[in-house]
Amino acid sequence: MITIENVSFRHGKAPVLKDISLTIEKGGITALIGPNGAGKSTLFALMARLLPLQTGRITFDELDVRQSPSRELALKLAILRQITSIASRITVREMIGFGRFPHHRGRPGNHDREKVGEALEMFDLGDLSGRFIDELSGGQRQRVLVAMAYAQDTDYLLLDEPLNNLDMHYARDLMKQLRSLADTHGKTIVVVLHEINYAAAYADRIIALKDGTVAAQGKTADFMTEKTLSAIYNMEVRIRELDGKLIALHHA
Amino acid sequence: MHPSTRRFPSTTIRWSIGLTGLLAGLILTSFAIGAANIGLLDLLQTPEGLELFLISRVPRTLAAFLAGASLAVAGVIMQMLARNRFVEPATAGSAECAALGLLAVTMLMPTSSIFLKMIVSSGAAFAGTAVFLALVQRLPPSQPLLVPLTGIVYGSVIAAITTFIAYENDLIQYLSIWMNGEFSGVLQGRYELLWAAGLVALVAYLYADRFTIAGLGRDAATGLGLNYRQVLIIGLSIVALITSFTVITVGMLPFVGLVVPNIVSRFHGDNARRTLPLVALLGGILVLASDIAGRLLRYPYEIPAGTVFGVVGTGVFLWLLFARPVHAR
Amino acid sequence: MHARKLLVLGVLAGLAILAYMTIGARGNWGFILSFRGTKLAALLLVATALALSTLLFQTLTSNRILTPSIMGFDALYVLLQTGLVFLLGGLGYAAIPADAKFAFEVALLTGAALALFGSLLGSGLNDLFRMLLVGVIFGVFFRSLTALLQRLIDPNEFAVVQGAMFASFNKANTQLLLVSGALILLCSLLAWRKRHVLDVMALGREQAISLGLDHRRELFTGLVLVSVLVATSTALVGPVAFFGLLISALTYEIIRSQHHGDLLIGSVLISVIVLVGGQTLFERVLGMGGSLSLVVEFLGGLVFLMLILRKVRA
Repeated sequence: MITIENVSFRHGKAPVLKDISLTIEKGGITALIGPNGAGKSTLFALMARLLPLQTGRITFDELDVRQSPSRELALKLAILRQITSIASRITVREMIGFGRFPHHRGRPGNHDREKVGEALEMFDLGDLSGRFIDELSGGQRQRVLVAMAYAQDTDYLLLDEPLNNLDMHYARDLMKQLRSLADTHGKTIVVVLHEINYAAAYADRIIALKDGTVAAQGKTADFMTEKTLSAIYNMEVRIRELDGKLIALHHA
Repeated sequence: MHPSTRRFPSTTIRWSIGLTGLLAGLILTSFAIGAANIGLLDLLQTPEGLELFLISRVPRTLAAFLAGASLAVAGVIMQMLARNRFVEPATAGSAECAALGLLAVTMLMPTSSIFLKMIVSSGAAFAGTAVFLALVQRLPPSQPLLVPLTGIVYGSVIAAITTFIAYENDLIQYLSIWMNGEFSGVLQGRYELLWAAGLVALVAYLYADRFTIAGLGRDAATGLGLNYRQVLIIGLSIVALITSFTVITVGMLPFVGLVVPNIVSRFHGDNARRTLPLVALLGGILVLASDIAGRLLRYPYEIPAGTVFGVVGTGVFLWLLFARPVHAR
Repeated sequence: MHARKLLVLGVLAGLAILAYMTIGARGNWGFILSFRGTKLAALLLVATALALSTLLFQTLTSNRILTPSIMGFDALYVLLQTGLVFLLGGLGYAAIPADAKFAFEVALLTGAALALFGSLLGSGLNDLFRMLLVGVIFGVFFRSLTALLQRLIDPNEFAVVQGAMFASFNKANTQLLLVSGALILLCSLLAWRKRHVLDVMALGREQAISLGLDHRRELFTGLVLVSVLVATSTALVGPVAFFGLLISALTYEIIRSQHHGDLLIGSVLISVIVLVGGQTLFERVLGMGGSLSLVVEFLGGLVFLMLILRKVRA
């Protein structure tokens, strides 16, 4: 269980997050949505200890983000940020191998190699395993990073807008893979998403941030109402059911 | 399977074997030439000759190799920490700061031991490189070439301060010894600090994985549970120690740390665990070759290895600038 | 407004010259004036040449960070000198008539500079930082090559020509002074006549073409002027990497005008104030004759870093 208690954050004088408290249950996929500037990425960075907490507390199970050693946290949660420019010339296999670093601290064993092989297979990267990262397309690179986070083999997986750079095909594949990680491997996944319909299709729960506060949260089916979405995005959003799925129409 | 799968580890081994062979040849060549025009076999047959061999030619060969190998390693580490392919101790002010520290301690405490000199000059190199890295943080990642440019000018500003102080105190001669890398003065008993530099480079190997991860960026490193700050400090210390050791014993050898890692990266990537040995080997080979060339080009006069490498190194650097489209970094 | 600023600068420059000629003078005035006069002439020529060449170069490349010296220009000059000695030998080098040699040098340097910068300018002015870095590395490359050639030259011959290659203010050759004086005056007049064209060139290539200038030709003539100016000043005192940059930065800061009429005069005056005034201060007052160039190097380097960081933020 992830608990967030009374977290506020200021960037200089401007408040970015205002006294946020949340609990995210173990298991399943939780989507974090909201308009630009709502504070999604800041909350993500605080949870991932990429930014130091100013006030409040965040814990993953018994581990307090502020107090626990980074090394211990790396065994509890893996993070994946909006694709950063990685220009190191490192092969795909090596890169995924670094996901095992928190476990072996520089001395990989057989189990680590097995896990890397598993990740290569699972994300369909076997053919690319000898290629350098900087020779891959954006979508391939993104898959490698997800595979690396998978190889880290943690209970929690945090992803910040992982669908950037991915076309429809790979976006769907990635969300399906996250789904199976949650369903068959029992992972708890928190994912920051831009597009509400991906959240609607794949997430179990949705949390919406707006102006630095929690605007709404709930199970996906309960969350997806015209009233809630229209209020969050300050515009008219219509919702239709298509083949048993809820679709938000926000283009009109 | 993709044709390139598993290609890299095997070429790495092939390169290592080839380079080791080359190194053996160079070492023999270096043993065989000297100001005293005596063949290697004749030299070893007399006791005086053997002494000359052990006191002068062996140390000189080792010094060139150790200096080159450790400087190349320092270059790789800097490139990972700065996340930029064009930095090295000589394009980041490290070497200039080491010389400044050395000058300060020589002036203030002329009788100080080599140990104290080493500490002060490493400390100065550490501080100078840290300032450079802080400066680099402010530059936009979209302008990778700005980093070495800033570093070179930063270095020349520090060099101007150093030269000014040296000029006013009639110490220019010392300064030129530190600034221009050469091996003609290397004798037994006067180069052993370079073994320490080599040792530091070996220590760097223990941290190879951590440096590679740091090269992925701060966020990725944090996500993998790395203590980024600690790795930064260790890396800076290694760079500072290697830089000051070489400046004290043989003088500055610019561009070694830049050219060698770039060549190796082109063919073998950036996974330090795998490439560090190659980088060290190639660095040692190139500097040793430069020293040999410097001894042969105008026999019996000598051309400093730093001068020879300066031409080769800047030439390769220009080639890198034109040949490789500079994306991302 | 600008006229008044220029007047003030002119008065300051006059005072600097006066101070240089009189402070600490003792004994025979006739001797002192002629002795110091020669050095002053050298200083004035160098100040003019460096100020104008940097200003022109920055205008032609429409930026305010580049200077010919940072771009390895004067390193190229020294390399040419060394190359000549290497090819012709010390005696052969000394046997070249001074005027012919000077003309040859300037021509050769101009050609090489045009090849270097022309290719850089053609390939993409947009990538300013790449061009800068390439220039800096070319500079280091030329210097390394020079050092290598110097080592390859017979040490005895090298000693003979070393003096000729690195002249300083103290031994400015009167004949060379006359020739370079004439050249610098000519370049200055040409630059002055082009001042309105330069105003347009500073807007950048596309603007200049769209306003009807023959950009290639203007660039070429401009670079020739820059080459001659740099060659002359380097022949007189040797390389001074950041001096021009310091002057141009000061000029833009003080004059605050886009008109090259004001900028050209202002930069020359500021250059005279800094160089002659600085030389007076260091030589006469502080008694540290050779250090001015180091201080300039230091300040110029700082200015350069500042300009880069400011440019990045903008």
